[in-house]
Amino acid sequence: MKEPFAMTSKAPFVAALALLAGLAPRPGLAEGSVRQVTDPVAKEECSACHMAYQPAFLPAESWKKIFADLSNHFGEDASLDPKTEARIRNYYLRHAARWRSIPKPVPIRITELPWFTREHTRFAARAKQDPKIGSLSNCTACHRYAERGWFEND
Amino acid sequence: MKHVHDTGASVARSLSGPILGTLMLTAAAVSLALPVSAGPREQIIAGYAAKAGKPLSAARGKAFFMGTHKGGKPDTPSCTSCHTRNVHQWGRTRAGKPIAPMAVSKTPDRFTDPKKVEKWFRRNCRTVLGRECTPLEKGDVLTWLSSQ
Ligand code: HEC
Ligand code: HEC
Ligand code: HEC
Repeated sequence: MKEPFAMTSKAPFVAALALLAGLAPRPGLAEGSVRQVTDPVAKEECSACHMAYQPAFLPAESWKKIFADLSNHFGEDASLDPKTEARIRNYYLRHAARWRSIPKPVPIRITELPWFTREHTRFAARAKQDPKIGSLSNCTACHRYAERGWFEND
Repeated sequence: MKHVHDTGASVARSLSGPILGTLMLTAAAVSLALPVSAGPREQIIAGYAAKAGKPLSAARGKAFFMGTHKGGKPDTPSCTSCHTRNVHQWGRTRAGKPIAPMAVSKTPDRFTDPKKVEKWFRRNCRTVLGRECTPLEKGDVLTWLSSQ
């Protein structure tokens, strides 16, 4: 990715262009990196089935939707006891991305965001075929330092 | 895996006398099939045996684990969907993350944290069967996997 993700002073203009081009706003990523998950409970619980996705990839609206139905989480039961759930939910909401506008329907997948599909179209087929990857949601299969929040080509 | 290892002791501490007595009696009852020392795993299994009210069976546990079930989520009709049919090997989640072998001989700290065991039985049984597992099913499965 050549251009940084961070919004500049030209942001409104860029955002308007992006909307015209049918692209949703970009996440608050700077130079291909995001803040890593620092809460130990969130890290432990949300990394059992996939890496713990960083909250900065999605806005609070998305995380609210995800945490509203952990028992039906992408075809699986990922439910937590209420106390743990509240703690992790708060963490995700506090560190969520701040987008200028929230697309409808509210996205719940990072892998379906326009910037993501743009970056990854060439790898979608490979991800499905290669049993070592299995799914584009498996960030760590291709981004060695994904859990630390580093996604630059390595 | 970095889970607490002294939970067995804290469970024992927090249990009142009569319950602990029952547990220990049950542990004694199933001790033919279990190692002599009642570590956290043995206590978890003994707890299920006590609730089930009948002897646990490794053979039944294996059949349950290997079997194809109805009522759950379509992509995962069996425990083997993620844990594979060879419990000595690594499994894989649907998102591609490796899962350590379920066989205790391969992953010695399996089934030693009662909270973790209950959490995953709750989730995985709902995912595979669309309901929670019974104490008998849980006890059978752990009895089998402990012997592997
Ligand atoms: C099949 C391999 C593969 C998977 C799986 C994958 N990516 Fe990527 N991703 C890439 C490649 C290759 C690039 C670089 C594209 C380029 O430079 O043109 C990239 C680029 C990116 C970038 C832009 C980085 C930059 O240079 O600014 C981000 C952010 C990113 N990926 C995040 C993710 C996240 C989050 C996931 C998991 C939800 C993921 N990727 C899963 C292969 C993958
Ligand atoms: C029981 C397993 C399990 C647990 C635990 C779990 N997830 Fe997931 N999650 C999944 C599966 C399965 C998918 C879909 C993966 C795929 O399509 O390949 C998924 C997908 C996701 C996605 C969308 C990824 C994408 O494709 O962009 C997000 C976001 C997510 N999970 C967040 C969380 C959070 C936050 C937690 C912790 C509260 C969590 N998950 C815990 C199983 C789990
Ligand atoms: C969708 C994938 C999936 C399916 C299907 C699945 N499991 Fe699991 N299971 C996991 C994951 C992920 C873990 C947590 C990671 C770990 O313990 O290594 C786990 C953990 C467990 C644990 C806790 C292990 C421990 O060390 O305490 C038990 C018990 C368990 N599974 C039993 C079952 C049973 C019984 C079934 C069938 C009814 C089943 N699982 C089906 C993914 C799955």
